[in-house]
Amino acid sequence: MTFSFQTDLGGALLPNPILTASGCAGSGKELSQFFPLTELGAIVTKSIMIKARSGRATPRMAETPSGMLNSIGLQGPGVDYFIANDLPWLDAQGARTVVSIAGETVEDYAVLARKMRNLPGVVGLEVNISCPNVENRGMVFSCQPETARAAIEAVRRNIGGDLPIIAKLSPDVTDIVSIAREVANAGADGVALINTLLGMVIDTNLMLPKLAQKTGGLSGPAIRPVAVRAVYQVHAALPDLPILGMGGIMTGRDAFEFILAGASAVSVGTASFGNPTAAISIKSELENILQEKGFATLQEAIGYAHRN
Amino acid sequence: MNPSSINNRAAQITAEVISNKRVGAYHHMSFLVGDIAAQALPGNFVAIAVGGEGSAMILRRAFAIYRATEKSAHGGLIELIVAPHGQGSRWLTSLEPHATVDMVAPLGTHFGIPTEPVRALLVGGGYGSAPLFGLAELLKSRGCRVDMVLGASTANKIYAPLDGKRAVSSLTITTDDGSMGTQGQITDVLSQIIIENEIEIIYSCGPMGMLEAITKISDRFGILHQCAVEESMACGIGVCMTCVLPVTGDDGVTRMLRSCIDGPVMDGSRVVWDSKRKIPEGTFGA
Repeated sequence: MTFSFQTDLGGALLPNPILTASGCAGSGKELSQFFPLTELGAIVTKSIMIKARSGRATPRMAETPSGMLNSIGLQGPGVDYFIANDLPWLDAQGARTVVSIAGETVEDYAVLARKMRNLPGVVGLEVNISCPNVENRGMVFSCQPETARAAIEAVRRNIGGDLPIIAKLSPDVTDIVSIAREVANAGADGVALINTLLGMVIDTNLMLPKLAQKTGGLSGPAIRPVAVRAVYQVHAALPDLPILGMGGIMTGRDAFEFILAGASAVSVGTASFGNPTAAISIKSELENILQEKGFATLQEAIGYAHRN
Repeated sequence: MNPSSINNRAAQITAEVISNKRVGAYHHMSFLVGDIAAQALPGNFVAIAVGGEGSAMILRRAFAIYRATEKSAHGGLIELIVAPHGQGSRWLTSLEPHATVDMVAPLGTHFGIPTEPVRALLVGGGYGSAPLFGLAELLKSRGCRVDMVLGASTANKIYAPLDGKRAVSSLTITTDDGSMGTQGQITDVLSQIIIENEIEIIYSCGPMGMLEAITKISDRFGILHQCAVEESMACGIGVCMTCVLPVTGDDGVTRMLRSCIDGPVMDGSRVVWDSKRKIPEGTFGA
């Protein structure tokens, strides 16, 4: 019998469970120098906003032990440019695209959702309600159940059709399970866990925060145990809610850890910065590990660490 | 967003260290890279994974290519000048011959070569001189006159190999402490050299402050200035958006461009200098 690597991410049927992480794959063109994008389960775009955004001032990046801080601040050309330029290119490659959207207001999410109707090659929507690089921490929608619910409801009401909605959550909360439950009740078909953790590095020569905007999002293997914990907790509480797991996945072994914790698919982010073909190696390594462990399908392995 | 010119010649390879020699404050390192040596042009850079398997340093380190040789005795060769000033570059410079590294190359834009012979001035700060010697040879082969100015804080931070100087008509050196050449900074000697040699274009590589100062001078003389910028990068391939700097396009709009894809070689007069820690007013999307 042939091994089945397919996954169902809240209604998005993907040939394999390896995706890019939002903000870690450029427009797709950059990574396509190194491998065909069709090799991925799906490509997740950087978060698209209504208007063009310059992002934050530099320095925007600091390497940390087994990780990095970034404060890009959602630099991008805006949704209309994306729909007119980047998306048709991705579709022409045959890529399956999950569009990440981010808004500053609930109304922004509604407008973006309407623009996402009937776009070519789009297999899902990741709703970024957890970017830490915003001026006002109160603006991180996923940090409160009420604002998380409002943003996802706005998307649900406006998206129409059956495009899966994945809500991306922040780990910087007291109880991530309650936020996951809230967005599921508001109409999310799945959750993406986790966005970066808010962090800071101080340059001890300058004796000032290293990043121009002082704080940034921590990613990379340093946050992997936090991410695995979040996936495990949410899967334990909401076993039917599909999870896109991410946070410092560097190898197939790391991806397997997320699958065991309950993720239906995983996103590769920071690893692609250090290694442009990381997602492809992770994919083949994970496929080998699953078969070595005796799983006939990926599905059997999802949440396997929860057995008694 | 500005149309980006992705360097589609890049490949990820395993490169073998052929030699590693200390030169002053730097290391001259040669890597066996195969066919991609033929793809490298002056100004291009490489990105190398550091620290070995399971390294806690998860980001690549970027180095300007000093020289690329298509057909050496070993095959395709890329040479780098590495300053061991951080944990990653110290790891790299500790490698012995036959060790291998994961390298992505060649990356980024390259110095533009004029179609007709011109009088060019090449200006390098510290190890920023590295990409200028290959450029000097290329310019000379196209009939250009090439003058060079190198500056550093002190003598052992001047990288000026004997064989690299062949293509250069004059070499002026400045050091902050006067331990080699003229005491002072590059910018102290630039105007006189531009006038005396009737310079038509400046090519430069070095710290951002130096590139900014050169731009002021080149703008005053109304001559072209192609500079290879140095911004800290996480990926080197255009996906992370960390190495951006504000650059004004043909349309007069300033955008945050990636120094790894739209650079490192940029038109100095188009860069909005002195933008550290702030986004210039009026930048696209600000």
